Amino acid sequence: MTQAIKPAPVRKTLTVTANPQKAFEVFTAGFDRWWPRTHSIGASPLKTAVLESGVGGRWYGIGEDGTEDEWGDVLAWDPPTRLVVAWRIGADWKYRADLLTEVEVNFTALADGQTRVDFEHRLLENLGENAEAGRAAFDSPGGWGGLLAGYAEVVSAS
Amino acid sequence: MANATALFAALSDPTRRQVFERLEHGPAAVSEIARGLPVSRPAVSQHLKVLKDAGLVIDQPDGARRVYQIDPEGLDALRGWLDRFWDTALDAFKAEVERQSDDEKPETEAKAE
Repeated sequence: MTQAIKPAPVRKTLTVTANPQKAFEVFTAGFDRWWPRTHSIGASPLKTAVLESGVGGRWYGIGEDGTEDEWGDVLAWDPPTRLVVAWRIGADWKYRADLLTEVEVNFTALADGQTRVDFEHRLLENLGENAEAGRAAFDSPGGWGGLLAGYAEVVSAS
Repeated sequence: MANATALFAALSDPTRRQVFERLEHGPAAVSEIARGLPVSRPAVSQHLKVLKDAGLVIDQPDGARRVYQIDPEGLDALRGWLDRFWDTALDAFKAEVERQSDDEKPETEAKAE
């Protein structure tokens, strides 16, 4: 029997005060307006974050120096109820076209004009494969490295 | 619990990754892991020590030898980081959705049923 590492998916559920159409639109077309600026895998601080519409749409960031960093692409696009995006960033914080983890977001209308947002980031076991050093992205102060270092401190202290 | 930095560093070495991947097929002793790898047993032991320190593998004695296996909770460090990351991102998403909804809501709009 193969003993593979299969971390459980990261799951989140939240309720937003907006209808599903608005919630879907903000999540996608409005992606740049809410994506935390600290979350960049590029060497340059993140200037713009983009999630293109439709299956095959690109998911990427644009650094202040103009360079684009791929994050993944849209796998399923069913507005305003469902979205699946491939997150192809490995444990080394570098994009790899052949690495697949999936982010699925479902938007369900509730009473009172609210929407339940069910979020799942799955196939995390794939993050452990072929992790290269990637120290440049890892250690850049404006990149994931800064956050990761913070996380490591928290974990280490706990 | 594993330190995330140590975890990524541990998997960044190609040989160490090979050692780790051998354990994906089940628990094994150093001699079994070293078989077929182009490095010495002491080198394999050293890689196992790094993997163990990073929280990726655990070991236990089995008679005279020591058997290594993947710590099922090892990648949890990365998962834990993503968990916090998405908390932050989705909080920001919620705030943005509701800010926009507030902006667009006509003052005369009736409460949704």
